[in-house]
Amino acid sequence: MSKRTIDFELATPGLGAGGAPTRVPLAAGPAGEGQEHDLGGEHLLINLGPQHPATHGVLRLVVELDGETVVRVIPHVGYLHSGFEKLGEYRHYNQIIPLTDRTDYLSPMANNVGMAMAAEKLMGIEITPRCKVLRVIACEMSRIISHMVWLGTTSIDLGAFTPFLWAFQERERIYNLQEMWTGARLTTSLTRVGGLMADVPDGFVEGLRQFTQTYPNTLNEIDRVLTRNAVWAGRTQGIGVLTADEAINYSLSGPMLRASGVPWDMRKDQPYLDYETYDFDVPVGEHGDVYDRYLLRLEECHQSNRILQQTLDRLPDGPVNVDDPRVILPPKSRAMSDMEAMIFHFKQVMEGVKAPVGEAYVGIENPKGELGNYFVSDGSAKPVRWRIRPPSFINLAAISKMAEGHLLSDLIAINASVDIVMGEVDR
Amino acid sequence: MTFFLVSSIIKIVVVFTAIMVGVALLTLAERRICAWMQDRLGPNRVGPQGLLQPAADGLKNFLKEETYPAQADFWTFVLAPALSFTPALLTFAVIPFAAPLPTQWGLVPMVVADLPVGFLYILAISSLGVYGIVLAGWSSNNKYALLGGLRASAQMISYEIAMGMSTVAVLLLAGNVTLSQVIAQQQQGGWFVISLTLAFLVFFISALAETNRLPFDLPEAEGELIAGYHTEYSAMKFSMFYIAEYSNMVTASALMATLFFGGWDIPFTHWDDTGDPSVLKTLLTLVVFCIKTGAFLFTYIWIRWTLPRFRYDQLMALGWKVLLPSTLVYLTIMATVIWYLHGHLGWAYDRPMALTLGAANLVLLVAAVWGLDRGRIVSGSVARRAA
Repeated sequence: MSKRTIDFELATPGLGAGGAPTRVPLAAGPAGEGQEHDLGGEHLLINLGPQHPATHGVLRLVVELDGETVVRVIPHVGYLHSGFEKLGEYRHYNQIIPLTDRTDYLSPMANNVGMAMAAEKLMGIEITPRCKVLRVIACEMSRIISHMVWLGTTSIDLGAFTPFLWAFQERERIYNLQEMWTGARLTTSLTRVGGLMADVPDGFVEGLRQFTQTYPNTLNEIDRVLTRNAVWAGRTQGIGVLTADEAINYSLSGPMLRASGVPWDMRKDQPYLDYETYDFDVPVGEHGDVYDRYLLRLEECHQSNRILQQTLDRLPDGPVNVDDPRVILPPKSRAMSDMEAMIFHFKQVMEGVKAPVGEAYVGIENPKGELGNYFVSDGSAKPVRWRIRPPSFINLAAISKMAEGHLLSDLIAINASVDIVMGEVDR
Repeated sequence: MTFFLVSSIIKIVVVFTAIMVGVALLTLAERRICAWMQDRLGPNRVGPQGLLQPAADGLKNFLKEETYPAQADFWTFVLAPALSFTPALLTFAVIPFAAPLPTQWGLVPMVVADLPVGFLYILAISSLGVYGIVLAGWSSNNKYALLGGLRASAQMISYEIAMGMSTVAVLLLAGNVTLSQVIAQQQQGGWFVISLTLAFLVFFISALAETNRLPFDLPEAEGELIAGYHTEYSAMKFSMFYIAEYSNMVTASALMATLFFGGWDIPFTHWDDTGDPSVLKTLLTLVVFCIKTGAFLFTYIWIRWTLPRFRYDQLMALGWKVLLPSTLVYLTIMATVIWYLHGHLGWAYDRPMALTLGAANLVLLVAAVWGLDRGRIVSGSVARRAA
């Protein structure tokens, strides 16, 4: 009972004897003998996660504390590794789509769109106008729910519980719409190569229009509770500052990059899905701190809402799928009555959609940053290599830079501001 | 003597039961009120309006397994919940909660023990509560618990000073530390919240920090320290920390009602404090006392579900750099004013003096918020960024 020390050995790379982080200067190459930092019994080493209320999943942060000041923080990832990219190599392109639901599971529809666009670029397919608008709807709905979850969880991390439930109520409304459209609330698997799994059902457009009209009220409520709140501002302003240069050097994207003052948004700078024809603004931060990231995401929700309203006004009639029987399955009724349709049906189901030899990369502006999908094809119906550029994984890399020197409480705020989803970080 | 003993024992039992039931209902009230603020229903399944939910929770905690961390310091670990639980209940002993009750054997003062050192007793006993938290944090042999315990000790000691300072102003006016005298004085002239507004505000903020409630719940800080000092506690031991927190809230609210809002005094009438005591007076004053305490408890809950949490250094800065110096300055000013009115002009504490002091407080409040603050603390930090 009286023994108060535990000798432990952590078999984690980056940690030496006794769990002490190995101190390796990044520029100096790999560590040699005797380069481990001596903790000297003064610093406290704590392990935030993989099960901790504020690590947003199974992120593990090994934190070296001097009192309450963070001296060093090492993020450890991989606890949710599912091997999605490898699994994708054994699947037809359309079978990969359910995997993308599970990467960034807070914005599944946007992931579906990103992956389908990469496959379409590989195959040289041009999608229909209606499909384009519907995919914009899917992306912006995803952005709203993702930012709502971010807003809610961040406010919980900083101690304000109430905005969380307000935000989640709006998310539920989007989920209801998603369920209406795809039959699933979370694992939507919305897209298909060359189109969508289904057109929107009756009542969806009205439901979404109603949502866009009432949704700003909730945003304004959250704004009133948090933005000018002295405690909130005191906890977030000047915390986790990244300059524009640093943000670019860390290859950040999305709100993390824009909060540092870099006006880079894939929707404006490399437009896809006719984003250039929509009227919306890209908010850009000034200070690059947690508060700016908060303001920026709040404004992005308003902008997404604007885009949604425009999509509803312009939604054209017509088919959602390309008229190409080699890519899109013919309807079951035709497959059972028409010889040619049955052959196409059979070939697609048994062999899949074949892509020409080549490679394609498509980056889209996901809620968390630039989501890239990269396919290499050898001409078969399965990719040789599927690679995701996960925005939250890359954004997470900057956490040590942002958090070191701040207090433990700030580390929580900074970690929240990165907006990570472990499904995507670990893939 | 027998009468005193019997009545005291009855009062102890009644007050203890009332606090325990009150705490149970308070946990329910907290969950229902926060649900109301968050557009949800809250617990409403067990009993009418969920009234039996606390009983179900209590039963659950009794039946759960008690766990002890292998490396914990066993006796300290077990003792800590009791240490934090007992002072929370002890403090209520000196708070008068109603007008004296006439019985056929004599007048019964509606306070468990009307100590001559009443207020000092409260300060002394409530300081002991920190031991439970610090020992819990230390004995758990858990780094999060240790950090929570450290934070708790620093926080409670810092805010105790500001709290004590703010009550000195009350004692200046009351001229006495016996709480029944403090109430009598307020019945004469007017509630101290009018004549000592700033002291009340400081006391209120300190009371929030003393009871470890949001925005000062850093010892727990579930976002950072998982559950802070009681991370390793389970079942009934955890429950005792929970009860301690809520009974601290009840005591602090009752104290605020007593020190600044006239205790059991019914406002706008002298009927309750003049003339013969009667059962009706006792009951009505009890109801008024409960309403006042309940209003503060509601404010506690309201604040908890509205505000984010302070950071540790901000909390300490607020305590030492803002509350303590400003209370000292305030105390000096008020002492001078009271000396001038009371000692020089010979005013007794009555309506005119209360209103005069109230006017002085208003001026000081305006000066503090708009003159000295200038977008630093009260008016928000957004102004600071714009500058």
